[in-house]
Amino acid sequence: MKLLQCPVNGTRPISEFTYGGEYREAPDPQTCSDKVWADYVHNRHGAPGLKKEWWYHGPSGTWFIAERNTLTDSVSRTYLFGQEKDA
Amino acid sequence: MPLSLLKYALSREHPAPRFFRDCTEPKKTYDAVIIGGGGHGLAAAYYLAKDFGITNVAVLEKGYIGGGNTGRNTTIVRSNYLTPEGVNFYDASVQMYEGLSQELDINLFYSTRGHFTLAHTESAMRTMRWRAEVNKHVGVESYVVGPEEILKACPQLDISCSGQAPILGALYHAPGSVARHDAVAWGYAKEADRMGVEIFQNTEVTGIDVKSGKVVGVQTNKGYISTGRVLSAVAGFTPRITEMVGIETPIVIHPLQACVSEPMKPWLNTILVSGSLHVYVSQSSRGELVMGSSLDPYEVHSTRSSLDFVEGLSSHIVDMFPFLGNVKVVRQWAGMADITPDFAPIMGKTPVEGFYLDAGWGTWGFKATPISGKTMAETMARDMAPELIKSFRLSRFEEYELTGEKGAASVGH
Repeated sequence: MKLLQCPVNGTRPISEFTYGGEYREAPDPQTCSDKVWADYVHNRHGAPGLKKEWWYHGPSGTWFIAERNTLTDSVSRTYLFGQEKDA
Repeated sequence: MPLSLLKYALSREHPAPRFFRDCTEPKKTYDAVIIGGGGHGLAAAYYLAKDFGITNVAVLEKGYIGGGNTGRNTTIVRSNYLTPEGVNFYDASVQMYEGLSQELDINLFYSTRGHFTLAHTESAMRTMRWRAEVNKHVGVESYVVGPEEILKACPQLDISCSGQAPILGALYHAPGSVARHDAVAWGYAKEADRMGVEIFQNTEVTGIDVKSGKVVGVQTNKGYISTGRVLSAVAGFTPRITEMVGIETPIVIHPLQACVSEPMKPWLNTILVSGSLHVYVSQSSRGELVMGSSLDPYEVHSTRSSLDFVEGLSSHIVDMFPFLGNVKVVRQWAGMADITPDFAPIMGKTPVEGFYLDAGWGTWGFKATPISGKTMAETMARDMAPELIKSFRLSRFEEYELTGEKGAASVGH
């Protein structure tokens, strides 16, 4: 992967972007057990596959979601958070 | 050895001895199965046989032995870590390495060079002082030195780093060494094989059979093997193995790249590391500069190397050694590193009975090969982790008892 599509600024070189880790749903810390919370804090889905990830376009300060296959390093689509259906 | 060589002077036949048998068909059952024929897996097999007499062991390697991160690291052995747990553990490894050529009857080219971790900022100096004090407390020879002492050991170094990042001092670690990494894998394979361990190359584990929370066997591309004890020692593939038994871990995979220059006459006697410039460099016995850098910035399960890496690394190497401007890079490669949040390994028992983990070796695995083999063999034989590796247990995460070792990673990641 040398280029990445920013949903706001279009295709830009990868050096303009920062990886923000896999997108994950946080459990409610008020109601979940300590075990579930520890799992959320530490554990990750480390096996390769198609993942939803946070990426950040530095020059414009845009956080967005990329769907990327971590085995082949190919991005299938990118969109702003919450705009998955329009992408 | 010299006498046995003498007979070849009188003979026309000079057969090269095999290091280990060419095993192809696994038996139906073993006392223990080790997944991964790298240094760690082979060392665990060796110590299972030597220390505990457990020789009915199969080592399953999906490629060839030592072809993973054992053959992809930059061969540095050191123990100047930040936490007492880490320093004690890696120091035990350094001590084992020092006698390992004798023990395995193979020349590991183990060469003690001294190791300088260069500091370019006041905050880096503070970490160096901290590490020096922890090391001294545990009995490891590390101390902070100034630019004069660094220049004495390496007069070729541009102490101002081309004016970009002047060096203020360094953490000097006397036992810092380099070794020939392939020989470590071959040596352990040879001796484990001699005691009866069977090593299967081109043998991939495709599933692990767990019944009522207990390991009963592994499925491979060469058939089913039943066993009650399985050790996962697969750098870069750990999440795929833990997925087979349904265990969650914090491990994510990032590639780590390295390269070597063309060979030169010996000039670099010591090992130099710069956290700020993201460089570690030493000169191999062949004369090549062995150079490494920080992790690639995002998760990828691939060993492809990149031009960005050589460009970035070369520019920093030339900051340190301007005269290397015309030296060529002849080889570059990448390994897949298991990265943990606290930069410490994950070793020991797991929630699945009979399934043991030797994982999370990120960028610090080669130096730990002997001690991890020895402690994992003990863990498997006694079904109990020895004191030395208790703080590396998998359950430390849900107990919030992490072993913060990031400050001792060779370069900033």
